[in-house]
Amino acid sequence: MSGSNEQVQRYALAVLSHLILVAAWHFFVVYGKIPKIVMPSPYDTIHALLVPNYRWLENIAATSIEVFGGFLLAAVFGILTALMFSWFRYLEMFAMPLLVSLNMIPKVALGPLMIVWLRYGIWPNTLMAFAICFFPIVLTTARGLREVEPDLLDLVRTLRGSRWQLFVKIQLPGALPYIFSGMKVAAILAVAGAIVGEFLGSERGLGYLMLQVQVTLDTAAMFMAVILITLIGGVLYGIVLGLERYFVVKDARIQ
Amino acid sequence: MTEAFIHLDNVKKVYRTRGKEFLAVSQATFDVEQGELVSLVGPSGCGKTTLLKILAGLHGFDGGVVRIGSGKQPFNPARDIGMVFQQPLLLKWRRIIDNVMLPAEILGLPQAAARARAYELLDLVGLKGHEDKYPYELSGGMQQRASIARALVHDPKLILMDEPFGALDALTREKMNLELLQIWAKAKKTIIFVTHGITEAVFLGTRVVVLTAGPAKMADNFEVDIPMPRTLDVRNTEKFGEYTRRIYRLLGME
Repeated sequence: MSGSNEQVQRYALAVLSHLILVAAWHFFVVYGKIPKIVMPSPYDTIHALLVPNYRWLENIAATSIEVFGGFLLAAVFGILTALMFSWFRYLEMFAMPLLVSLNMIPKVALGPLMIVWLRYGIWPNTLMAFAICFFPIVLTTARGLREVEPDLLDLVRTLRGSRWQLFVKIQLPGALPYIFSGMKVAAILAVAGAIVGEFLGSERGLGYLMLQVQVTLDTAAMFMAVILITLIGGVLYGIVLGLERYFVVKDARIQ
Repeated sequence: MTEAFIHLDNVKKVYRTRGKEFLAVSQATFDVEQGELVSLVGPSGCGKTTLLKILAGLHGFDGGVVRIGSGKQPFNPARDIGMVFQQPLLLKWRRIIDNVMLPAEILGLPQAAARARAYELLDLVGLKGHEDKYPYELSGGMQQRASIARALVHDPKLILMDEPFGALDALTREKMNLELLQIWAKAKKTIIFVTHGITEAVFLGTRVVVLTAGPAKMADNFEVDIPMPRTLDVRNTEKFGEYTRRIYRLLGME
Protein backbone atom coordinates (compact mmCIF):
# COMPACT_ATOMS: atom_id res chain seq x y z
CA MET A 1 0.00 0.00 0.00
CA SER A 2 2.79 2.38 0.88
CA GLY A 3 4.12 1.89 -2.65
CA SER A 4 0.97 3.18 -4.33
CA ASN A 5 0.76 5.92 -1.74
CA GLU A 6 4.23 7.08 -2.67
CA GLN A 7 3.24 7.02 -6.32
CA VAL A 8 0.28 9.30 -5.66
CA GLN A 9 2.59 11.67 -3.83
CA ARG A 10 5.03 11.57 -6.71
CA TYR A 11 2.35 12.49 -9.26
CA ALA A 12 0.86 15.16 -7.02
CA LEU A 13 4.23 16.84 -6.58
CA ALA A 14 4.92 16.71 -10.32
CA VAL A 15 1.59 18.35 -11.10
CA LEU A 16 2.26 20.89 -8.37
CA SER A 17 5.62 21.96 -9.81
CA HIS A 18 4.00 22.53 -13.21
CA LEU A 19 1.19 24.57 -11.71
CA ILE A 20 3.69 26.65 -9.76
CA LEU A 21 5.57 27.41 -12.96
CA VAL A 22 2.38 28.65 -14.63
CA ALA A 23 1.43 30.69 -11.57
CA ALA A 24 4.91 32.23 -11.34
CA TRP A 25 4.70 33.09 -15.03
CA HIS A 26 1.31 34.74 -14.47
CA PHE A 27 2.42 36.82 -11.47
CA PHE A 28 5.69 37.78 -13.09
CA VAL A 29 3.92 39.18 -16.15
CA VAL A 30 1.03 40.84 -14.29
CA TYR A 31 2.91 42.37 -11.35
CA GLY A 32 6.11 43.00 -13.27
CA LYS A 33 4.09 44.97 -15.82
CA ILE A 34 5.85 43.16 -18.64
CA PRO A 35 4.64 44.36 -22.06
CA LYS A 36 2.60 41.77 -23.93
CA ILE A 37 5.04 41.97 -26.85
CA VAL A 38 7.89 40.78 -24.66
CA MET A 39 6.01 38.20 -22.65
CA PRO A 40 2.27 37.45 -22.73
CA SER A 41 0.46 36.15 -19.65
CA PRO A 42 -0.84 32.56 -19.62
CA TYR A 43 -4.31 33.99 -20.26
CA ASP A 44 -3.15 35.95 -23.32
CA THR A 45 -1.37 32.88 -24.58
CA ILE A 46 -4.51 30.77 -24.44
CA HIS A 47 -6.46 33.64 -25.92
CA ALA A 48 -4.25 33.49 -29.03
CA LEU A 49 -6.01 30.23 -29.90
CA LEU A 50 -9.11 32.24 -30.74
CA VAL A 51 -7.58 33.98 -33.72
CA PRO A 52 -9.12 32.06 -36.65
CA ASN A 53 -6.55 33.44 -39.07
CA TYR A 54 -3.87 31.31 -37.47
CA ARG A 55 -5.63 28.10 -38.50
CA TRP A 56 -4.31 26.27 -35.46
CA LEU A 57 -5.83 22.89 -36.24
CA GLU A 58 -4.42 22.78 -39.73
CA ASN A 59 -0.97 23.79 -38.49
CA ILE A 60 -1.05 21.31 -35.61
CA ALA A 61 -2.04 18.59 -38.06
CA ALA A 62 0.80 19.48 -40.44
CA THR A 63 3.47 19.46 -37.73
CA SER A 64 2.05 16.28 -36.19
CA ILE A 65 2.20 14.47 -39.51
CA GLU A 66 5.81 15.50 -39.96
CA VAL A 67 6.81 14.52 -36.42
CA PHE A 68 4.96 11.21 -36.28
CA GLY A 69 5.67 10.35 -39.90
CA GLY A 70 9.39 11.06 -39.62
CA PHE A 71 9.61 9.16 -36.35
CA LEU A 72 7.71 6.16 -37.68
CA LEU A 73 9.84 5.98 -40.82
CA ALA A 74 12.98 6.20 -38.71
CA ALA A 75 11.74 3.48 -36.34
CA VAL A 76 10.85 1.09 -39.18
CA PHE A 77 13.96 1.66 -41.28
CA GLY A 78 16.24 2.06 -38.28
CA ILE A 79 15.24 -1.27 -36.76
CA LEU A 80 15.36 -3.01 -40.16
CA THR A 81 18.83 -1.62 -40.83
CA ALA A 82 20.09 -2.81 -37.45
CA LEU A 83 18.57 -6.24 -38.10
CA MET A 84 20.38 -6.46 -41.43
CA PHE A 85 23.59 -5.45 -39.68
CA SER A 86 23.18 -8.22 -37.14
CA TRP A 87 22.41 -10.82 -39.82
CA PHE A 88 25.14 -9.79 -42.23
CA ARG A 89 28.32 -8.96 -40.37
CA TYR A 90 30.12 -7.68 -43.44
CA LEU A 91 27.28 -5.33 -44.23
CA GLU A 92 27.69 -3.83 -40.77
CA MET A 93 31.47 -3.51 -41.20
CA PHE A 94 30.84 -1.90 -44.57
CA ALA A 95 27.96 0.42 -43.83
CA MET A 96 28.15 1.26 -40.13
CA PRO A 97 31.25 3.50 -40.44
CA LEU A 98 29.56 5.23 -43.34
CA LEU A 99 26.47 5.86 -41.21
CA VAL A 100 28.66 7.23 -38.44
CA SER A 101 30.29 9.63 -40.91
CA LEU A 102 26.94 10.70 -42.34
CA ASN A 103 25.67 11.27 -38.83
CA MET A 104 28.42 13.86 -38.40
CA ILE A 105 26.55 16.08 -40.85
CA PRO A 106 24.40 18.50 -38.90
CA LYS A 107 21.02 17.48 -40.25
CA VAL A 108 19.85 21.09 -40.08
CA ALA A 109 22.44 21.98 -42.72
CA LEU A 110 20.65 19.66 -45.12
CA GLY A 111 17.46 21.70 -44.89
CA PRO A 112 18.04 24.02 -47.84
CA LEU A 113 19.06 21.03 -49.96
CA MET A 114 15.96 19.08 -49.05
CA ILE A 115 13.87 22.03 -50.14
CA VAL A 116 15.73 22.10 -53.48
CA TRP A 117 15.09 18.40 -53.93
CA LEU A 118 11.59 18.08 -52.55
CA ARG A 119 10.15 21.60 -52.71
CA TYR A 120 8.27 23.20 -49.84
CA GLY A 121 5.80 21.17 -47.88
CA ILE A 122 5.36 18.31 -45.54
CA TRP A 123 7.81 15.94 -47.25
CA PRO A 124 11.12 17.70 -46.69
CA ASN A 125 10.19 18.34 -43.06
CA THR A 126 9.21 14.72 -42.51
CA LEU A 127 12.50 13.72 -44.05
CA MET A 128 14.31 16.10 -41.71
CA ALA A 129 12.62 14.50 -38.69
CA PHE A 130 13.51 11.09 -40.13
CA ALA A 131 17.16 12.05 -40.66
CA ILE A 132 17.53 13.15 -37.05
CA CYS A 133 15.72 10.10 -35.58
CA PHE A 134 17.25 7.40 -37.73
CA PHE A 135 20.75 7.15 -36.33
CA PRO A 136 20.03 6.85 -32.60
CA ILE A 137 17.56 4.06 -33.36
CA VAL A 138 20.01 2.14 -35.57
CA LEU A 139 22.79 2.54 -33.04
CA THR A 140 20.88 1.38 -29.96
CA THR A 141 19.12 -1.45 -31.78
CA ALA A 142 22.40 -2.74 -33.25
CA ARG A 143 23.96 -2.59 -29.81
CA GLY A 144 21.03 -4.42 -28.24
CA LEU A 145 21.22 -7.18 -30.84
CA ARG A 146 24.94 -7.58 -30.16
CA GLU A 147 24.60 -7.89 -26.40
CA VAL A 148 23.97 -11.59 -25.97
CA GLU A 149 25.60 -13.23 -22.96
CA PRO A 150 28.28 -15.60 -24.31
CA ASP A 151 27.19 -18.30 -21.85
CA LEU A 152 23.63 -18.01 -23.10
CA LEU A 153 24.97 -18.51 -26.60
CA ASP A 154 26.73 -21.66 -25.34
CA LEU A 155 23.49 -22.88 -23.81
CA VAL A 156 21.71 -22.59 -27.15
CA ARG A 157 24.64 -24.20 -28.94
CA THR A 158 24.68 -27.26 -26.68
CA LEU A 159 21.02 -27.75 -27.61
CA ARG A 160 21.91 -27.33 -31.30
CA GLY A 161 19.53 -24.38 -31.49
CA SER A 162 19.27 -22.66 -34.85
CA ARG A 163 20.36 -19.13 -35.64
CA TRP A 164 16.69 -18.25 -36.02
CA GLN A 165 15.76 -19.65 -32.61
CA LEU A 166 18.57 -17.69 -31.03
CA PHE A 167 17.27 -14.57 -32.75
CA VAL A 168 13.60 -14.99 -31.90
CA LYS A 169 13.94 -16.30 -28.36
CA ILE A 170 16.97 -14.42 -27.07
CA GLN A 171 18.43 -11.77 -29.35
CA LEU A 172 15.33 -9.82 -30.35
CA PRO A 173 13.53 -9.78 -26.99
CA GLY A 174 16.87 -8.94 -25.39
CA ALA A 175 17.30 -6.00 -27.78
CA LEU A 176 13.82 -4.61 -27.10
CA PRO A 177 14.84 -2.44 -24.13
CA TYR A 178 17.62 -0.95 -26.28
CA ILE A 179 15.23 -0.32 -29.16
CA PHE A 180 12.96 1.57 -26.81
CA SER A 181 15.77 3.60 -25.31
CA GLY A 182 16.72 4.65 -28.87
CA MET A 183 13.12 5.49 -29.69
CA LYS A 184 12.79 7.63 -26.57
CA VAL A 185 15.77 9.70 -27.62
CA ALA A 186 14.43 9.87 -31.18
CA ALA A 187 10.95 10.94 -30.03
CA ILE A 188 12.39 14.13 -28.58
CA LEU A 189 14.64 14.79 -31.57
CA ALA A 190 11.81 14.25 -34.06
CA VAL A 191 10.04 17.46 -33.05
CA ALA A 192 13.21 19.50 -33.38
CA GLY A 193 13.77 18.08 -36.88
CA ALA A 194 10.27 18.93 -38.07
CA ILE A 195 10.31 22.47 -36.66
CA VAL A 196 13.71 23.28 -38.13
CA GLY A 197 12.36 22.10 -41.46
CA GLU A 198 9.38 24.40 -41.10
CA PHE A 199 11.62 27.35 -40.18
CA LEU A 200 13.69 26.85 -43.31
CA GLY A 201 10.83 26.78 -45.69
CA SER A 202 7.25 25.71 -45.42
CA GLU A 203 3.74 26.92 -45.94
CA ARG A 204 2.13 25.03 -43.09
CA GLY A 205 2.90 23.90 -39.57
CA LEU A 206 3.52 25.47 -36.19
CA GLY A 207 7.09 26.44 -37.09
CA TYR A 208 5.79 28.22 -40.16
CA LEU A 209 3.15 29.95 -38.06
CA MET A 210 5.80 31.16 -35.61
CA LEU A 211 7.67 32.91 -38.39
CA GLN A 212 4.45 34.50 -39.63
CA VAL A 213 3.40 35.92 -36.27
CA GLN A 214 6.96 37.02 -35.50
CA VAL A 215 6.52 39.67 -38.17
CA THR A 216 3.42 41.05 -36.44
CA LEU A 217 5.00 40.69 -33.00
CA ASP A 218 2.16 38.47 -31.77
CA THR A 219 4.28 36.98 -29.00
CA ALA A 220 1.25 35.29 -27.43
CA ALA A 221 0.74 33.19 -30.57
CA MET A 222 4.45 32.32 -30.59
CA PHE A 223 4.20 31.16 -26.99
CA MET A 224 1.16 29.08 -27.87
CA ALA A 225 2.96 27.55 -30.83
CA VAL A 226 5.92 26.56 -28.64
CA ILE A 227 3.56 25.00 -26.09
CA LEU A 228 1.76 23.03 -28.82
CA ILE A 229 5.03 21.87 -30.34
CA THR A 230 6.13 20.67 -26.92
CA LEU A 231 2.82 18.88 -26.46
CA ILE A 232 3.19 17.06 -29.79
CA GLY A 233 6.62 15.86 -28.67
CA GLY A 234 5.18 14.94 -25.28
CA VAL A 235 2.42 12.86 -26.83
CA LEU A 236 4.89 10.97 -29.02
CA TYR A 237 7.18 10.38 -26.06
CA GLY A 238 4.22 9.25 -23.97
CA ILE A 239 3.15 6.73 -26.61
CA VAL A 240 6.67 5.28 -26.79
CA LEU A 241 6.81 5.13 -22.98
CA GLY A 242 3.42 3.40 -22.85
CA LEU A 243 4.49 0.81 -25.42
CA GLU A 244 7.69 0.23 -23.46
CA ARG A 245 5.75 -0.35 -20.26
CA TYR A 246 3.59 -2.84 -22.10
CA PHE A 247 6.33 -4.75 -23.92
CA VAL A 248 9.36 -4.55 -21.67
CA VAL A 249 9.52 -6.14 -18.22
CA LYS A 250 10.25 -3.58 -15.52
CA ASP A 251 13.68 -4.94 -14.66
CA ALA A 252 14.91 -4.86 -18.26
CA ARG A 253 14.01 -1.24 -19.03
CA ILE A 254 16.86 1.11 -19.76
CA GLN A 255 16.36 4.51 -18.20
CA MET B 1 34.78 -54.98 -17.98
CA THR B 2 32.01 -52.64 -19.04
CA GLU B 3 32.70 -49.31 -20.67
CA ALA B 4 32.36 -46.19 -18.58
CA PHE B 5 29.68 -43.62 -19.41
CA ILE B 6 32.29 -40.93 -19.94
CA HIS B 7 35.84 -41.79 -20.88
CA LEU B 8 38.69 -39.28 -21.17
CA ASP B 9 42.16 -40.38 -22.10
CA ASN B 10 45.09 -37.98 -22.06
CA VAL B 11 43.00 -35.04 -23.29
CA LYS B 12 44.98 -31.99 -24.27
CA LYS B 13 43.92 -28.53 -25.34
CA VAL B 14 46.16 -25.74 -26.55
CA TYR B 15 45.13 -22.13 -27.14
CA ARG B 16 47.04 -20.13 -29.70
CA THR B 17 47.05 -16.36 -29.47
CA ARG B 18 49.41 -14.16 -31.47
CA GLY B 19 51.73 -17.01 -32.30
CA LYS B 20 52.11 -18.05 -28.67
CA GLU B 21 50.87 -21.39 -27.44
CA PHE B 22 49.15 -21.69 -24.15
CA LEU B 23 48.43 -25.06 -22.59
CA ALA B 24 44.87 -25.01 -21.25
CA VAL B 25 44.34 -28.70 -20.43
CA SER B 26 46.69 -31.66 -20.39
CA GLN B 27 46.91 -35.24 -19.18
CA ALA B 28 43.20 -35.34 -18.42
CA THR B 29 42.44 -39.01 -17.96
CA PHE B 30 39.43 -40.19 -16.02
CA ASP B 31 36.22 -42.15 -16.31
CA VAL B 32 32.79 -41.22 -15.06
CA GLU B 33 30.08 -43.77 -14.42
CA GLN B 34 26.45 -42.97 -14.97
CA GLY B 35 24.89 -41.39 -11.88
CA GLU B 36 28.16 -40.10 -10.46
CA LEU B 37 28.64 -36.55 -9.22
CA VAL B 38 32.17 -35.62 -10.15
CA SER B 39 33.85 -32.46 -8.86
CA LEU B 40 36.46 -30.84 -11.08
CA VAL B 41 38.50 -28.72 -8.71
CA GLY B 42 41.50 -26.48 -9.18
CA PRO B 43 42.75 -22.90 -9.17
CA SER B 44 41.92 -20.44 -11.94
CA GLY B 45 43.88 -21.23 -15.09
CA CYS B 46 43.88 -24.98 -14.43
CA GLY B 47 41.57 -25.64 -17.35
CA LYS B 48 38.51 -26.87 -15.48
CA THR B 49 36.08 -24.68 -17.40
CA THR B 50 37.82 -25.53 -20.68
CA LEU B 51 37.47 -29.22 -19.90
CA LEU B 52 33.79 -28.72 -19.15
CA LYS B 53 33.31 -26.99 -22.49
CA ILE B 54 35.09 -29.81 -24.26
CA LEU B 55 32.64 -32.23 -22.64
CA ALA B 56 29.77 -29.95 -23.72
CA GLY B 57 31.02 -30.14 -27.30
CA LEU B 58 31.58 -26.37 -27.35
CA HIS B 59 35.36 -26.62 -27.67
CA GLY B 60 37.50 -28.90 -29.76
CA PHE B 61 40.66 -30.45 -28.32
CA ASP B 62 44.15 -31.10 -29.59
CA GLY B 63 44.91 -34.59 -28.42
CA GLY B 64 43.59 -37.60 -26.60
CA VAL B 65 40.20 -39.25 -26.54
CA VAL B 66 36.83 -37.99 -25.32
CA ARG B 67 33.96 -40.40 -25.45
CA ILE B 68 30.55 -39.94 -23.88
CA GLY B 69 28.01 -42.74 -23.98
CA SER B 70 28.50 -46.33 -24.99
CA GLY B 71 26.59 -49.13 -26.64
CA LYS B 72 24.55 -49.78 -23.55
CA GLN B 73 24.34 -46.14 -22.48
CA PRO B 74 23.38 -44.16 -25.56
CA PHE B 75 24.14 -40.45 -25.50
CA ASN B 76 22.79 -37.84 -27.88
CA PRO B 77 24.93 -34.70 -27.56
CA ALA B 78 22.13 -32.46 -28.82
CA ARG B 79 19.63 -33.63 -26.25
CA ASP B 80 21.52 -35.04 -23.32
CA ILE B 81 23.42 -32.06 -21.95
CA GLY B 82 22.12 -29.61 -19.39
CA MET B 83 24.21 -26.57 -18.53
CA VAL B 84 24.36 -24.45 -15.38
CA PHE B 85 26.65 -21.43 -15.29
CA GLN B 86 28.05 -19.19 -12.59
CA GLN B 87 25.36 -16.63 -13.37
CA PRO B 88 21.76 -17.86 -13.53
CA LEU B 89 21.39 -16.24 -16.99
CA LEU B 90 17.63 -16.29 -16.86
CA LEU B 91 15.87 -14.30 -19.56
CA LYS B 92 14.60 -11.16 -17.82
CA TRP B 93 11.48 -10.93 -19.93
CA ARG B 94 10.29 -14.47 -19.27
CA ARG B 95 8.51 -15.74 -16.22
CA ILE B 96 10.33 -18.45 -14.25
CA ILE B 97 8.23 -21.25 -15.74
CA ASP B 98 8.91 -19.97 -19.27
CA ASN B 99 12.61 -19.68 -18.52
CA VAL B 100 12.66 -23.33 -17.45
CA MET B 101 10.85 -24.19 -20.69
CA LEU B 102 13.53 -22.67 -22.93
CA PRO B 103 15.52 -25.86 -23.70
CA ALA B 104 12.29 -27.76 -24.36
CA GLU B 105 11.24 -25.06 -26.82
CA ILE B 106 14.58 -25.08 -28.61
CA LEU B 107 14.52 -28.86 -28.89
CA GLY B 108 10.90 -28.80 -30.06
CA LEU B 109 9.70 -31.21 -27.37
CA PRO B 110 5.94 -31.72 -26.89
CA GLN B 111 5.01 -28.57 -25.01
CA ALA B 112 2.28 -29.81 -22.69
CA ALA B 113 4.38 -32.64 -21.30
CA ALA B 114 7.44 -30.42 -20.99
CA ARG B 115 5.40 -27.83 -19.13
CA ALA B 116 4.12 -30.37 -16.67
CA ARG B 117 7.69 -31.52 -16.15
CA ALA B 118 8.88 -27.92 -15.70
CA TYR B 119 6.33 -27.45 -12.88
CA GLU B 120 7.53 -30.67 -11.25
CA LEU B 121 11.15 -29.56 -11.48
CA LEU B 122 10.42 -26.16 -9.98
CA ASP B 123 8.80 -28.03 -7.12
CA LEU B 124 11.90 -30.23 -6.85
CA VAL B 125 14.25 -27.25 -6.61
CA GLY B 126 12.02 -25.57 -4.03
CA LEU B 127 10.43 -22.90 -6.21
CA LYS B 128 6.82 -24.00 -5.96
CA GLY B 129 4.63 -20.91 -5.97
CA HIS B 130 7.21 -18.81 -7.80
CA GLU B 131 6.48 -20.15 -11.29
CA ASP B 132 4.82 -17.00 -12.58
CA LYS B 133 7.30 -14.52 -11.16
CA TYR B 134 9.92 -12.70 -13.16
CA PRO B 135 13.60 -13.36 -12.42
CA TYR B 136 14.12 -9.95 -10.80
CA GLU B 137 11.56 -10.89 -8.17
CA LEU B 138 13.76 -13.77 -6.95
CA SER B 139 16.97 -13.78 -4.92
CA GLY B 140 20.27 -14.89 -6.46
CA GLY B 141 20.02 -18.35 -4.88
CA MET B 142 16.45 -18.81 -6.11
CA GLN B 143 17.44 -17.71 -9.61
CA GLN B 144 20.21 -20.29 -9.62
CA ARG B 145 17.73 -22.98 -8.57
CA ALA B 146 15.53 -21.99 -11.50
CA SER B 147 18.52 -22.35 -13.80
CA ILE B 148 19.11 -25.86 -12.40
CA ALA B 149 15.49 -26.70 -13.19
CA ARG B 150 16.09 -25.32 -16.70
CA ALA B 151 19.10 -27.63 -17.10
CA LEU B 152 16.91 -30.62 -16.18
CA VAL B 153 13.77 -29.87 -18.19
CA HIS B 154 14.71 -31.81 -21.32
CA ASP B 155 15.69 -34.79 -19.17
CA PRO B 156 19.36 -34.84 -20.22
CA LYS B 157 21.69 -37.60 -19.08
CA LEU B 158 24.56 -35.28 -18.21
CA ILE B 159 24.49 -32.01 -16.27
CA LEU B 160 27.52 -29.74 -16.58
CA MET B 161 27.86 -27.09 -13.88
CA ASP B 162 30.42 -24.33 -14.08
CA GLU B 163 30.93 -22.88 -10.58
CA PRO B 164 27.15 -22.56 -10.18
CA PHE B 165 27.34 -21.32 -6.59
CA GLY B 166 30.43 -19.15 -7.00
CA ALA B 167 28.46 -15.91 -7.08
CA LEU B 168 26.39 -16.67 -3.99
CA ASP B 169 27.12 -15.68 -0.41
CA ALA B 170 28.71 -18.32 1.84
CA LEU B 171 25.53 -19.23 3.71
CA THR B 172 23.37 -19.58 0.60
CA ARG B 173 26.16 -21.57 -0.97
CA GLU B 174 26.13 -24.17 1.83
CA LYS B 175 22.38 -24.42 1.59
CA MET B 176 22.58 -24.89 -2.18
CA ASN B 177 25.22 -27.61 -1.71
CA LEU B 178 22.83 -29.59 0.45
CA GLU B 179 20.00 -29.04 -1.98
CA LEU B 180 22.08 -30.02 -4.97
CA LEU B 181 22.78 -33.38 -3.30
CA GLN B 182 19.05 -33.87 -2.80
CA ILE B 183 18.26 -32.89 -6.37
CA TRP B 184 20.99 -35.20 -7.63
CA ALA B 185 19.64 -38.09 -5.54
CA LYS B 186 16.11 -37.58 -6.84
CA ALA B 187 16.89 -36.72 -10.46
CA LYS B 188 19.47 -39.52 -10.79
CA LYS B 189 21.66 -37.63 -13.24
CA THR B 190 25.35 -37.70 -13.95
CA ILE B 191 26.71 -34.34 -12.82
CA ILE B 192 30.09 -32.79 -13.49
CA PHE B 193 30.61 -29.91 -11.15
CA VAL B 194 33.38 -27.36 -11.66
CA THR B 195 34.50 -25.44 -8.58
CA HIS B 196 37.52 -23.83 -7.01
CA GLY B 197 36.17 -24.56 -3.55
CA ILE B 198 38.03 -27.54 -2.10
CA THR B 199 35.53 -28.19 0.68
CA GLU B 200 32.69 -27.90 -1.78
CA ALA B 201 34.38 -30.32 -4.17
CA VAL B 202 34.82 -33.02 -1.53
CA PHE B 203 31.44 -32.43 0.07
CA LEU B 204 29.53 -32.83 -3.21
CA GLY B 205 31.64 -35.28 -5.16
CA THR B 206 31.38 -39.02 -5.34
CA ARG B 207 34.66 -38.51 -7.16
CA VAL B 208 37.05 -35.60 -7.26
CA VAL B 209 39.30 -34.76 -10.18
CA VAL B 210 42.04 -32.29 -9.27
CA LEU B 211 43.56 -30.01 -11.89
CA THR B 212 46.60 -27.84 -11.32
CA ALA B 213 47.73 -24.71 -13.11
CA GLY B 214 51.01 -23.53 -14.59
CA PRO B 215 51.25 -25.75 -16.60
CA ALA B 216 47.63 -26.89 -16.64
CA LYS B 217 47.35 -30.60 -16.06
CA MET B 218 45.33 -33.18 -14.27
CA ALA B 219 46.96 -34.02 -10.95
CA ASP B 220 44.65 -36.45 -9.18
CA ASN B 221 41.47 -38.42 -9.47
CA PHE B 222 40.00 -40.21 -6.47
CA GLU B 223 36.74 -41.58 -5.18
CA VAL B 224 35.24 -39.94 -2.09
CA ASP B 225 34.31 -42.77 0.22
CA ILE B 226 31.74 -40.93 2.31
CA PRO B 227 28.24 -42.37 2.04
CA MET B 228 25.25 -40.43 0.79
CA PRO B 229 23.10 -38.75 1.97
CA ARG B 230 25.65 -36.38 3.45
CA THR B 231 25.00 -33.68 6.02
CA LEU B 232 27.16 -30.65 6.74
CA ASP B 233 28.60 -32.57 9.72
CA VAL B 234 30.64 -34.87 7.48
CA ARG B 235 32.97 -31.94 6.93
CA ASN B 236 34.20 -32.34 10.50
CA THR B 237 35.14 -36.00 10.11
CA GLU B 238 38.71 -37.24 9.93
CA LYS B 239 38.11 -38.78 6.50
CA PHE B 240 36.84 -35.50 5.06
CA GLY B 241 39.93 -33.74 6.39
CA GLU B 242 42.17 -36.31 4.73
CA TYR B 243 40.54 -35.67 1.37
CA THR B 244 40.80 -31.90 1.60
CA ARG B 245 44.42 -32.11 2.78
CA ARG B 246 45.16 -34.34 -0.20
CA ILE B 247 43.91 -31.62 -2.52
CA TYR B 248 45.61 -28.77 -0.67
CA ARG B 249 48.88 -30.69 -0.91
CA LEU B 250 48.51 -31.04 -4.68
CA LEU B 251 47.82 -27.35 -5.03
CA GLY B 252 50.95 -26.57 -3.03
CA MET B 253 49.09 -24.95 -0.20
CA GLU B 254 50.15 -27.02 2.77
